Amino acid sequence: MKNVLNIALPKGRLGESVYEMFAKAGFECPSVLEKSRKLIFENDAGTLRYFWVKPSDVCAYVERGAADIGVAGKDILLEYEPDVYELLDLNVGKCRMAVAGREGFRDDRRRTLRVATKFQHCARSYYASIGRDIDIIPLNGSIEIAPILGLSDVIVDIVETGTTLRENHLAVLETIFPISARLIANKASYAFQQSQIQHLQQQLALQLQSSKEES
Amino acid sequence: MTFDDSLLSYEEQTIFRLRRLYQSYGYVQYQMSKFEEYDLYAQNKDFLISDNVITFMDDGRLMALKPDVTLSIVRATRPGEQTLEKVFYDENVYRITKGSDVFREIRQIGLECIGAVDAYHIAEVLLLSAESLRAISEQAVLNLSHLGAVSKALALSEVGSEAREQILKCLSSKNLQGLVSVCDDVSARPEGAALLRMLLTADGSPEETLSALSRFEILAPEIQELRQILSVFREAGLDSMLHLDFSVISDMNYYSGVVFQGYVQGVPGAVLSGGRYDPLLTRMGYRGGAIGFAVYLDQLERLGGEEGNDVDLVLLCSRGTDPGDIIRTVRNLTSQGLRVRVAENPPESLRYGKLARLNGKEMEILEERS
Repeated sequence: MKNVLNIALPKGRLGESVYEMFAKAGFECPSVLEKSRKLIFENDAGTLRYFWVKPSDVCAYVERGAADIGVAGKDILLEYEPDVYELLDLNVGKCRMAVAGREGFRDDRRRTLRVATKFQHCARSYYASIGRDIDIIPLNGSIEIAPILGLSDVIVDIVETGTTLRENHLAVLETIFPISARLIANKASYAFQQSQIQHLQQQLALQLQSSKEES
Repeated sequence: MTFDDSLLSYEEQTIFRLRRLYQSYGYVQYQMSKFEEYDLYAQNKDFLISDNVITFMDDGRLMALKPDVTLSIVRATRPGEQTLEKVFYDENVYRITKGSDVFREIRQIGLECIGAVDAYHIAEVLLLSAESLRAISEQAVLNLSHLGAVSKALALSEVGSEAREQILKCLSSKNLQGLVSVCDDVSARPEGAALLRMLLTADGSPEETLSALSRFEILAPEIQELRQILSVFREAGLDSMLHLDFSVISDMNYYSGVVFQGYVQGVPGAVLSGGRYDPLLTRMGYRGGAIGFAVYLDQLERLGGEEGNDVDLVLLCSRGTDPGDIIRTVRNLTSQGLRVRVAENPPESLRYGKLARLNGKEMEILEERS
């Protein structure tokens, strides 16, 4: 039986640059970058199968074994805590999970802090670690508007450049953790396709090493 | 009446194979009530996979539908250092599965070896866990870790409790960069950090890993224990499925010594999990050692081949056919082991092998499907 390695990549710019890294590591499948409506791409040898999925869904595909490996942001890994191996920091897609609020905001500890976020688990564990009582307001988008309209005191969200925050007179109050894309693997797949997965991991690590030395 | 194995689902066939396996090594089936006093779980919440338990009041006592079997067995066997209990169970448990928030009834089969546990019994339980995986699939891997080695590496690193938690997380997710950065951040002792790195990257053959680890003298007892296990696996011809993998981490408040997880090809998560749980006994006020494992049968429902036909033959009989003629034909076919459905017209939703028509007393085959 031929062992096909199923790879889930996050749709978008990040996924494309990650694919370039995989291709350089010898895991090529040129059709992946073709503009088409196809969802699944297999290389000529039939040993690799790539597919594009929503970034926040990569973990589900890998944890449940539909993909053997994948690339997911550290934010997603910390939010959903999937039961997968986190093999390598790919050093791309860098940003941070942060607490932000109106410029000059001061936390009044006599009151429960109202926190609007898409990342409920991350927010809960961060505030639990500092012993702060909070009230979570789950939102799905346009989080920045919440403190402006008084829906929440602060937000917990991903900050890349901080431009959106600045334009809305908001500021980062605290960085919770840095984020970058990670190579993740399904645990059972790792047990059965260890040499292939480790080979990819090593090749990617070498690339990262050499680009670090160049810069 | 004899039974054809093909009538059983893959899960049922596995259960029979496992029961036979455990009985052949002298394990006795342990049956228990579906309910247990909630108190037992409240005191050992972290031992459970999920701490959500279905409870109800029974004559003033708060009872729970069993979310776990091991705690009940430990309590019932009242272990000591002089006696050894070897039991297996095949029970339903009720708990929330990871990643969902609804309760499920899960059939779980496993075994426990409790009391005067020695080197032989540790190896025997591990061997039975490997054989259990083999009973499920030929393509199986048993990942074996030793918490003694992990906790010595942590002690050698001299890190605080918070860093310890982070390190354990990195180990269990094979996150090498994370481990290095935590060790750097808290200035872990270099020797301990080197050992932790070695444990995390130890994916080679057990022999190679053990040779590499043997430069750390403090690990001598653990290495000896693992070597003994390895030799038992070699003896049984199962060494190829044994991987030393220190990413298998269980709660150290309950587990010590060897811990392990089993995987089979085609199932995305671990189907077997177990380990040595002496600290649980101590917490519950008993002496002695204990080791056991559970096989999660709910994980197996997607294994096994494609489902076959619902019936072997559909016998078309028009209205008015003599019932005596029909039953004679049907009994003739069923006595040959065939599954027969009598119908007036071919049933649309039924998968069948042959379609036949009864003309008077004669049967005519109309269609044969592959």
